[in-house]
Amino acid sequence: MSDPIVKISGLNKWYGEFHVLRDIDLEVRKGERIVICGPSGSGKSTLIRCINALEEFQEGEIVVDGIELGPNLKHIDAVRREVGMVFQSFNLFPHLTVLDNCTLAPIWVRNIPKRDAEATAMKFLERVKIPHQANKFPGQMSGGQQQRVAIARALTMNPKVMLFDEPTSALDPEMVKEVLDTMVDLAEEGMTMLVVTHEMGFAREVANRVVFMDAGQIIEANTPNEFFASPQHARTKLFLSQILR
Amino acid sequence: MTDIASSSFVRHDLVSERPAPVKTTGFIGWVRTRLFNSPTNILLTILGALLLWFTIIPSVRFLMVDAVWSGSDRTACLSENAGFAVGACWPYIQAKLPQLIYGFYPEAERWRVNLTFVLAAVLLVPLLVPRLPAKGLNAGLFFFAFPVVAFFLLHGGGIKGFGLSWTAGLLELFDESIIGAGNVLLNLSKTSAVAPLLWAAGNLIVLIGTAIHWLVFPLIWLRDQIQDSGQSVWVDFAVTTVVVCLIAFFLGGGLRTGWRALASSFATFVAIAIVIKLMGLDHGGLPIVLTNLWGGLLVTLVVSVTGIVTSLPIGIALALGRRSTIPLIRIFSIAFIEFWRGVPLITVLFFATYMLPLFLPGNFTVDGLVRALIGIALFTGAYQAENVRGGLAAIPRGQGEAAAALGLSWWKTTSLIVLPQALRHVIPNLVNSFISLFKDTSLVSIVALFDLLGSLRASFSDPKWSTPSTAFTGFAFAGIIYFIFCFGMSRYSLFVEHRLNAHRRN
Repeated sequence: MSDPIVKISGLNKWYGEFHVLRDIDLEVRKGERIVICGPSGSGKSTLIRCINALEEFQEGEIVVDGIELGPNLKHIDAVRREVGMVFQSFNLFPHLTVLDNCTLAPIWVRNIPKRDAEATAMKFLERVKIPHQANKFPGQMSGGQQQRVAIARALTMNPKVMLFDEPTSALDPEMVKEVLDTMVDLAEEGMTMLVVTHEMGFAREVANRVVFMDAGQIIEANTPNEFFASPQHARTKLFLSQILR
Repeated sequence: MTDIASSSFVRHDLVSERPAPVKTTGFIGWVRTRLFNSPTNILLTILGALLLWFTIIPSVRFLMVDAVWSGSDRTACLSENAGFAVGACWPYIQAKLPQLIYGFYPEAERWRVNLTFVLAAVLLVPLLVPRLPAKGLNAGLFFFAFPVVAFFLLHGGGIKGFGLSWTAGLLELFDESIIGAGNVLLNLSKTSAVAPLLWAAGNLIVLIGTAIHWLVFPLIWLRDQIQDSGQSVWVDFAVTTVVVCLIAFFLGGGLRTGWRALASSFATFVAIAIVIKLMGLDHGGLPIVLTNLWGGLLVTLVVSVTGIVTSLPIGIALALGRRSTIPLIRIFSIAFIEFWRGVPLITVLFFATYMLPLFLPGNFTVDGLVRALIGIALFTGAYQAENVRGGLAAIPRGQGEAAAALGLSWWKTTSLIVLPQALRHVIPNLVNSFISLFKDTSLVSIVALFDLLGSLRASFSDPKWSTPSTAFTGFAFAGIIYFIFCFGMSRYSLFVEHRLNAHRRN
């Protein structure tokens, strides 16, 4: 495998007095797909939100595609241009149509002409299989469709890394599959992905590595086969016994 | 029932369509179901009808039936001459209409006011109709070009220089005040206990001032040369045009993509040149009409439109400032908002008119109308800030995060994502403030500015039209005018709200 595209070393973060992330070291190679799981409050969302500087951190260093992000959050914009993010609650812009949601950042951040941006956006909307909804407003769509638009919106910026923060947790059970299918397609195209999720089926099918976190630290990281078949740490065993029935 | 009671049923004759019973549809049905369907409703209907009877009928009688429609002085509006109890005295309004619209604006110059009104309408109406094209150009003309043109139309006067002279003048003033401050410190150092410190600081400031003086000296020299030439305005104009066009060209991307910026800035300057030439600004312009001669609807509209247009940006800036993470900006915004909200508008106007001149340096005067305008804009701005803040608070944090994750800067996130949504939420509140501002403009009459209401009250004292119904007629007329403007704003805001909230209808 090639060089790491995301390199997190010695990351520590506190919310006031509370130590949320403790000595996190993680390297993600290009094209690698990592699933991060763990109980709620274990710091997994906080960790991936640090990667595109939505959260600040007090110690350590994150390097994304050679761009260094230290505690003073210099190069914040350069990093964000390379990293796409999908949120649990979609966070589409409700006052803009689906198409405008997808062209906003290319036009205003990358200064791409409107027509080209729209062509690119339509290409990605086709890829997530909703080109015919391009002129609707997000509020007129189902949760699953909105989340697929959110994925398309992130992709229009041609990110090198995609972060998913519990992308299916706010969805009806029926909608989960369509979003996961989209993510599987994306994985097959070779996108580097960091996914926080409780979908263990997705982890088994797609991930190269599963990272288990608890109490702000990485407890265990392994290939999915090893991770699910023979978890090493007691906390991991307990977690798996509770979610896999 | 017999048909259905047996377990099998086949219909042989189809039931043909019949009109609904008269009692449930049409006017009678509406009356029965909406007005008289329960004892409470019957009572309310009767009360409502009585209320209408006792308000509408007398109003119509006063305004139309018993009104006097023609005449040349008070005698026409007296009961003993008309032969009936006289209602509204419309000839009085007709005779006083010029005063109500223009105040004491000289009669020969009133075409300038009319032209301003026409220009405003021509620019505003297309701006308000969403279907019409070129909104950017239209907004630019209305918000930037129109105020300048309106100023030279209404107030008159010309210009002596242009961009270069103004820049030089401003820099000179800035530099002089720096040197002045340094000299003050030097003087203080002769008597003060911390003399060396003040002496050093004073000398440093004077030194900086002198350095700036040498930096801007070429500009000032150029300004003086231009002023000495016979055609100071046009020479200055040409220099400014060249400089600004070049800056636009290079900022627009230079040889590669700058041509558009160059063309548009050049077109802007051509338009400015045409305006200067048309209005003769280069040789004195139109005769000056001082603002203390302005009055009537003119003052009402000038004050309210300026207030409306300037208070919204002030409000937005203050609301954003109040949510800022930088303590200094936040504290300033909070203090500013709370100060202006805590003071009555009348106090603000009094302060601006009678006390501000005492604080300003002797030879530095600001026109009375401008002082009132500034006071009203800041006052309303503070209110608008709180309205806008309400809208900002309604936007989920995820919106800003999503925009940031896409790489949008704070400014772009705010102007493209947060503010458009926040302002849509608070359109009713914003327009509410606009309407109350429009009516509050009548308060300027206490600081010797005669707005519509002030002019009206002034006209009451004319013995030629002194009749029992003069005051009632005047107030009814003013009420109708205010109502037309306020109701128009209210309806238009409903339309905008409906249109901009398309995304919230499923």
